[in-house]
Amino acid sequence: MATLEIKNLHVSVETDQGKIEILRGVDLVIKSGETHAVMGPNGSGKSTLAYSIAGHPKYEVTQGEILLDGENVLEMSVDERARAGLFLAMQYPVEIPGVSVSNFLRTAKTAVDGKAPALRGWVADVRQAMESLKMDPAFTERNVNEGFSGGEKKRHEILQMELLKPKMAVLDETDSGLDVDALRVVAEGVNRIKSENQMGLLLITHYTRILNYIKPDFVHVFVAGKIAEQGGPELADRLESEGYDRYVNA
Amino acid sequence: MGETTKTAQHGLSEHSHGFGVPIQTRSERLKSQKLDDFDEISTREEQWRYIGADRLGGLDQADLEEFLGDIETTLAEGVETSWVDADHKLFGSAGIPEDRVAAAGWEAAKAAYLVSIPVSVTDSAQSTLTITSSSKDPAALHIIVEAKRGSDSVVVIDHRGDAILSENIEFVLEDQAKLTVVSIQDWNHGSIHNGAQYAMLGKDSTFKHVMVTLGGSVVRMTPSAYFGAAGGDAALYGLYFADAGQYLEHRIFVDHATPNCKSRVTYKGALQGAKAHTVWVGDVLIRAAAEGTDTYELNRNLLLTDGARADSVPNLEIETGQIQGAGHASASGRFDDEQLFYLQARGLPELEARRLVVRGFLMEVVQQIGVPELEERLAASIEDELERSAS
Ligand SMILES: Nc1ncnc2c1ncn2[C@@H]1O[C@H](COP(=O)(O)OP(=O)(O)O)[C@@H](O)[C@H]1O
Ligand SMILES: [Mg+2]
Repeated sequence: MATLEIKNLHVSVETDQGKIEILRGVDLVIKSGETHAVMGPNGSGKSTLAYSIAGHPKYEVTQGEILLDGENVLEMSVDERARAGLFLAMQYPVEIPGVSVSNFLRTAKTAVDGKAPALRGWVADVRQAMESLKMDPAFTERNVNEGFSGGEKKRHEILQMELLKPKMAVLDETDSGLDVDALRVVAEGVNRIKSENQMGLLLITHYTRILNYIKPDFVHVFVAGKIAEQGGPELADRLESEGYDRYVNA
Repeated sequence: MGETTKTAQHGLSEHSHGFGVPIQTRSERLKSQKLDDFDEISTREEQWRYIGADRLGGLDQADLEEFLGDIETTLAEGVETSWVDADHKLFGSAGIPEDRVAAAGWEAAKAAYLVSIPVSVTDSAQSTLTITSSSKDPAALHIIVEAKRGSDSVVVIDHRGDAILSENIEFVLEDQAKLTVVSIQDWNHGSIHNGAQYAMLGKDSTFKHVMVTLGGSVVRMTPSAYFGAAGGDAALYGLYFADAGQYLEHRIFVDHATPNCKSRVTYKGALQGAKAHTVWVGDVLIRAAAEGTDTYELNRNLLLTDGARADSVPNLEIETGQIQGAGHASASGRFDDEQLFYLQARGLPELEARRLVVRGFLMEVVQQIGVPELEERLAASIEDELERSAS
């Protein structure tokens, strides 16, 4: 049983116009097995929240706390957070030329577990995970994210999540850029991984579409750097029909 | 890479280059076997723009010693070696010096070490020449590799130890010969090496050249490929890693003088530490007779720390409109923090993540070579270099 607590989180970034505050006091508690959807308009700070949890150096936490099972996450380096069980599926995964997917996956698994996976079991695990995400096995020979389509990049993120088995995962707009078939495959993958590992899930999205496939326990409406309203799945239905206008204009 | 990129695509028409155009076209450059035909080195000369004579350890002067180190060989079956005098018919048959230091070495080496690859050598059979030296007296060495008609082989030339050396290596490819050359420069610190390499490609021959420059204080390599007949194919790859204080220069020349030949130049370098300096100059000349030429050259540099400097100058001269294609790309960029973040977010500690990115950057060249055994060997060299530069 793991708990991720975000308390009164304020985050700023350095821009050409000086330092600007993007997150303005975010409170959120996620427990193992729970799915929290964070929904909000573009530019509301959703990715900033995701990056701040993962520890991206561009984002400066000026106030507040992030705790994983009581441990101070903000004091951990990016890689320590990953090894502590946090995972971020990125909105824009980065290309790593010359590094094959298979090498990357094995290196990451070794880093997260603190020891190299037994070879035979590992190869079978990778193959199995790729099969269920309907990925071509030839993918492992390609360089990380290089020349991947948008959908392939997202599947590759979920593949990593499956293999690294985090306690808490943040999915930043994993649904954007996916067609309906791909969305279904990815969503099934997420559901399966979640039920196998009792993972806690923070699902960041702009649209309600993915929530037809991944049922949230809680929905948080994110506007101008903080949570404007929260509720159960029914809140998503209301957003579907009304949009964000009433929050943005409020 | 977070980078400043200069890329250009060349179509079929003539175009102007503006900045970076050599004042003199490459075809007019002086060629000579005699030191005295060349002026004393000056940084006003294009060839010596980045390095002065003071860092060449006397290699620009007459009376270099003949090379006194070892040439240890492991030869594919059928390959023969011997010393031949300067009046041998192959001496100077692939090319002759185009700068003063190469001419100094040419004049001083009274004999050449000839490696002869007969037609019986096939299936990329590999021979290795390990050149070791422990003397820092300025010296000269001349090697000739002759690939007979229809042969197919790999020759690895590995340079190690301490040296101040002006070396000329000729590769003579007869018609339909296939030759892959790997030239590794992994000298000890303090070594100075000027290596002029010339390849003459016969009809429908295939030349693959892999330059790997890792160790040595000043290493200046000038590989040239000349097409002596139609249908040749030259692929020139290079990778280099400059640490603090190292100066590594690569000047490539591809001379398209005959129709329907193809060339690819792909060099990548990583730099780390104060005063690590690399220079890459890629001259490609497409002469009027070279109709149907297809060429592309690329250089990319990855700057891992502040205080390192990478110069990268592609020069494409086109004297005919009737070509298949000609292009170049050149980019030098700093280490990409987003790549680092991505890998760290997958649990890799910073140092390991950095290494993986650099290894990947350089391995992109290695992946293209297409000789698995060599790829493994070069991957191991890169690994060693990363290990050393981390400590
Ligand atoms: N690294 C950055 N530098 C400058 N501005 C940024 C940076 N990251 C985010 N912002 C700004 O912060 C706001 C929120 O961005 P983001 O968190 O990406 O929103 P969302 O993911 O909800 O679309 C935007 O106005 C964006 O321009
Ligand atoms: Mg976003």
